[in-house]
Amino acid sequence: MRFFVSVDNLSVRFEAAKPVHAVNGVSFDLAEGEVLGLLGESGSGKSVTLRALMRLHPDKVTRYGGAIRVDGQDVLGMAPTALDSFRGKTCAMVFQDPILAFDPVYSLGRQISETIRRHEAVDQATARARAVELLERVQVPSARRRYDAYPHEVSGGMRQRAMIALALACRPRLLLADEPTTALDATVQIQVLLLLRELQKEMGMSVIFVTHDIGVAAEISDRLAVMYGGRIIEQGPLAEVMREPSHPYTQGLLASTVTAGMRGRRLEAIPGMPPDLTALPPGCAFAPRCGLAVDACRAAAPLPVSAGGRQVACVRAAFPGTTKIPRPARDDTAHADHQTSLISLPVPEGPRC
Amino acid sequence: MLGYLLKRLTYTVPITLAVTVVCFLLVHIAPGDPLNAVAPADAPAEVVEALKAAYGFDRPLPVQYAKWLGRAVAGDLGRSVATGRPVAGEVLSAVGNTLLLAVVGGAAGFLGGTLLGCLAGYFHKTRIDRVASAISVVGVSVPHYWLGLLLTIIFSARLNWLPAMGAGPGGSGNWTWDLAHARHLVLPAITLSVIPMGIITRTVRALVAEVLSQEFVQALRAKGLRDGQVFTHVAKNVAPTALAVMGVQLGYLIGGSILVETVFAWPGTGFLLNIAIFQRDLPLLQGAILVLCLVFVGLNLLVDLIQPFIDPRMRRN
Ligand SMILES: Nc1ncnc2c1ncn2[C@@H]1O[C@H](COP(=O)(O)OP(=O)(O)O)[C@@H](O)[C@H]1O
Ligand code: SF4
Ligand SMILES: [Mg+2]
Repeated sequence: MRFFVSVDNLSVRFEAAKPVHAVNGVSFDLAEGEVLGLLGESGSGKSVTLRALMRLHPDKVTRYGGAIRVDGQDVLGMAPTALDSFRGKTCAMVFQDPILAFDPVYSLGRQISETIRRHEAVDQATARARAVELLERVQVPSARRRYDAYPHEVSGGMRQRAMIALALACRPRLLLADEPTTALDATVQIQVLLLLRELQKEMGMSVIFVTHDIGVAAEISDRLAVMYGGRIIEQGPLAEVMREPSHPYTQGLLASTVTAGMRGRRLEAIPGMPPDLTALPPGCAFAPRCGLAVDACRAAAPLPVSAGGRQVACVRAAFPGTTKIPRPARDDTAHADHQTSLISLPVPEGPRC
Repeated sequence: MLGYLLKRLTYTVPITLAVTVVCFLLVHIAPGDPLNAVAPADAPAEVVEALKAAYGFDRPLPVQYAKWLGRAVAGDLGRSVATGRPVAGEVLSAVGNTLLLAVVGGAAGFLGGTLLGCLAGYFHKTRIDRVASAISVVGVSVPHYWLGLLLTIIFSARLNWLPAMGAGPGGSGNWTWDLAHARHLVLPAITLSVIPMGIITRTVRALVAEVLSQEFVQALRAKGLRDGQVFTHVAKNVAPTALAVMGVQLGYLIGGSILVETVFAWPGTGFLLNIAIFQRDLPLLQGAILVLCLVFVGLNLLVDLIQPFIDPRMRRN
């Protein structure tokens, strides 16, 4: 099967006095119309991975390794003009905080119609009409009037809807969403999430959805990939990973999630700090926090092992007979709610959040 | 928006009044008797009294102020003690010359500064940035009058390319737009442009670098915008603050060009103030300062009124 997105051993390093190894050998595939949830603590390299898919990092200080193919195109090898046409047309991004991602001195509508005119040969009037339609589609009330509003003049939820309208302006086939609901209030969060899911179904887009909230990831993803220290340490179909996480880190994450049945119980946050990306250990980056760590873990970074559509990078999980790692005790009624419940707690934030 | 404009307009009323009061009082708080300039020190008492009455100095201060203000509004700023000519005419022609010099020198400085600042901001922390920043530091720190003298020595005395004195051939004080006059403008305008060039370079460099580091620039690239289109966005973000700084600089150029005007004998307000101070010509001094202050107030008002038109973030209501 040919995948729509195919990332092979991607690495991203930022040159500096102390080089930052933000992404270290990430691989995943995504079929057309599929939604991948990219889950991880703050600072685990989710945004860097996402931006690398558009080659958006500053050229001067960024060193890429590996390969990214989207719709058959080699993103890392593309000529600058091809890249400009690729961005916003084949592949679009919804940013985490729309107040930062919109140009403050352009009206919301202008920023949408500008994108349309960049990629399609239409006049301003047509582009404007299209932008108003898009605003209506994302349920912005009195869209015609909101076209001329400036980013600071509307609510956070409205801004994020406008940002989604902007991203969808040229009907992209791949949507990259970087924590699109994190900056929003809880109720607005759910509305925006539902809207995104609906639009994804309607347009048949592939989506990579970054979040540090397990509940949000569970709500929207078909597949789940968990990041730690710039690596994907576990990935697979959502339901399977949720039901039977096999990496100790994933297990810890799920154990620290509050679900309907667990409310009021003390959280088991994973003790310890996320790894320093300027000085990664040679072995498993999770070893200092892992209760199952053995000497082999610290010797070399565990390579991902695949079986039946699932993949996990853990020394203990890779050895025959130890795949089934004892999981922390949790009551079984709890995770049954997982897939529908949005009541959840974010993954504990690192110091850099 | 309209409310803001009206509010801003009303603010200028008390400021303007305060300016007139200060200018009026200037004559009375200045050391020495204003009559010394017209009457000899040993003049008989009745002559002094007559002069006092003629200039109105025998009335109570508020009355004097009211009369003076009334006349000033009507365009009568009195007569110069030294020349006997109406102050208003002298001041207006000097203000015209100063404005001309300030606008031309300022425009040159702003243009150069914007160019260098954009380069430095875009190529932040590269060699281009270091060169542009060095030019800007030199521009801000080189003394005005020294540069003026240097340019005069090189281009007037040595090379004999450009005239060194006055605003026109034969010391003509009346500006006209022709080549003969324009040649007189070159050296003083260049001299005057150096400081605003340095300051605008610094300002624009910081603003461009700051805007480029913002998330929305990445978002613009993520939409597929080309470099030129991204630059348009950056420019529109930088413009409001840059223009405000330029307004302030233009104010300094209008008010603070005494040294340059003196070095080049440019018949502007700086030159006029210089004469008025040394000749103790108080009506002239008063009139010149009053008009300069009003130009300043007007300029600030203009900058504030333009601001919301170029910066939507300021159009709150
Ligand atoms: N342009 C950059 N230069 C240097 N370091 C960067 C840059 N962008 C991101 N990083 C670093 O990369 C790491 C991963 O960041 P990120 O992908 O944003 O984490 P998250 O998973 O929270 O989205 C962080 O430590 C961050 O400081
Ligand atoms: S490789 Fe070792 S240290 Fe790393 S997660 Fe697995 S058991 Fe823990
Ligand atoms: Mg992030």
